[in-house]
Amino acid sequence: MVNTKDILETINMIREENLDIRTITMGISLYDCVSEDEDRLCEKIYDKITTRAQDLVQTGCNIEKEYGIPIVNKRVSVTPISLVGGNISPEGYIKVAETLDRAAKTLGINFIGGFSALVQKGMTKGAQNLISVIPEALAQTDFVCSSVNVASTKAGVNMDAIRLMGQAVKRAAYLTKDRDSIGCAKLVVFANVPEDNPFMAGAFHGVGEDECVINVGVSGPGVVSSAIQRAGDCDLSELADIIKKTAFKITRVGQLVASEASRRLDVPFGIVDLSLAPTPAVGDSVAHILENMGLESCGCHGTTAALAMLNDAVKKGGVMASSHVGGLSGAFIPVSEDAGMIAAVERGALTLEKLEAMTAVCSVGLDMIAIPGDTDENVICGIIADEIAIGVVNTKTTAVRVIPAYGKGVGDCIDYGGLLGRAPIMDINKYSPARFIGRGGRIPAPIHSLKN
Amino acid sequence: MKAVITVTGKDSVGIIAKVATECAQFGANIVDISQSVLSDYFAMIMLADIDTLSIPFADFVDKMSEVGQKKGLDIHVMHEDIFNTMHHI
Repeated sequence: MVNTKDILETINMIREENLDIRTITMGISLYDCVSEDEDRLCEKIYDKITTRAQDLVQTGCNIEKEYGIPIVNKRVSVTPISLVGGNISPEGYIKVAETLDRAAKTLGINFIGGFSALVQKGMTKGAQNLISVIPEALAQTDFVCSSVNVASTKAGVNMDAIRLMGQAVKRAAYLTKDRDSIGCAKLVVFANVPEDNPFMAGAFHGVGEDECVINVGVSGPGVVSSAIQRAGDCDLSELADIIKKTAFKITRVGQLVASEASRRLDVPFGIVDLSLAPTPAVGDSVAHILENMGLESCGCHGTTAALAMLNDAVKKGGVMASSHVGGLSGAFIPVSEDAGMIAAVERGALTLEKLEAMTAVCSVGLDMIAIPGDTDENVICGIIADEIAIGVVNTKTTAVRVIPAYGKGVGDCIDYGGLLGRAPIMDINKYSPARFIGRGGRIPAPIHSLKN
Repeated sequence: MKAVITVTGKDSVGIIAKVATECAQFGANIVDISQSVLSDYFAMIMLADIDTLSIPFADFVDKMSEVGQKKGLDIHVMHEDIFNTMHHI
């Protein structure tokens, strides 16, 4: 029998502290859609997605209602399209993107991920064709998300791919200039990309996955933040314990929703992503957790240490609460999607360099960061290369989702509303890495002995 | 299977009667009630057996919420599993 205190605690987490399930993402394999003919390929993709995921949104809504926990997003991820499309023309890849968008609209889902390519070592013709039209595909669709893995610890860093991605980011910003360059918010460049990530924009259905699978991403920065606030002036060991216990409870809800969705949809359960995913809403911020831990402002010296502890405690608490853990698992630090991060940037406490350092100890990377629209594409390549190198050397996932907001400069702001939020344009170092980037080729895979 | 029904709002005559009547109408058997009034603020947590519901559980959630709105109360029905999984290993 549940006791009153537990009931009230759960209800308080949901209503006052913004506890929610951030996403139920259905991964769908598209290998059996392969076809020589572009139109036939699109037709098969559309049919497979709309058949497999036809009950996803309704099931999500039912679970939401019956358990009283908001499920913010219902999404679909698919096999990286470059693996399915093969040698179809660049125009053919745009058609596939439009097909994915149409399927997303039919299903009523929030995003569809998988307009992706894995080019950490080299690029097939198909991957080249896909990458060449990413900006157009993102500009012409509403719900399609794209990701490209340009490096891994085992393969090293593919600089040629990074150069192409720098150009793609810049062009995506231009093509969506009338909407604050929103194309870039749907495009992410990865190192060591996880193949079962339920979060956008980086979700896709990996090569070693089941035919169809359910992955769930949890949220709950507000719950952790309140727990820390209630703890008062305890020492860090005690604080780590409080974070672990809270993460356990949050993840248990994710596990419950995942297994229930898997049962109702008759699709195998994949993983729960143990994440602290912020939203722009008041009281749902990772930066505020760090500030409640004792920092005057997120971004001050000490931020990296606090974030490292937070990230580790979230994983330790969450891992026991779920039967399978995967995805990006950890604290997310997107600037535009976190009210505390936005405030820290605006007061001048949080810089791009500090964010880069923070990404070395937390789950993702430079996420939803707006930079001046006139930033040279080589500088964007440099930002990507730096972040990717951190991931490759430290055997972790890192990613870059920067927005060179067309026509805007430092002091301006971009505003997407909703979960994507708003971001002040951040100042960046404008000295050029052009010659280094221009060399192309690959940075060899790092050595894993002689650790220093 | 059981559901937890929480009712909060300004106190008035007949809140328990109204909620209990609705439960009975849809075949939910009340197995436990804890209730208090603190300076005009009514709060109740009710545990009900939902195996015998005459309508789908999701509809029951909506019906109870509607009743709450009519009476100016906040009524939420949640499956007990969310509490069990969160607080018990």
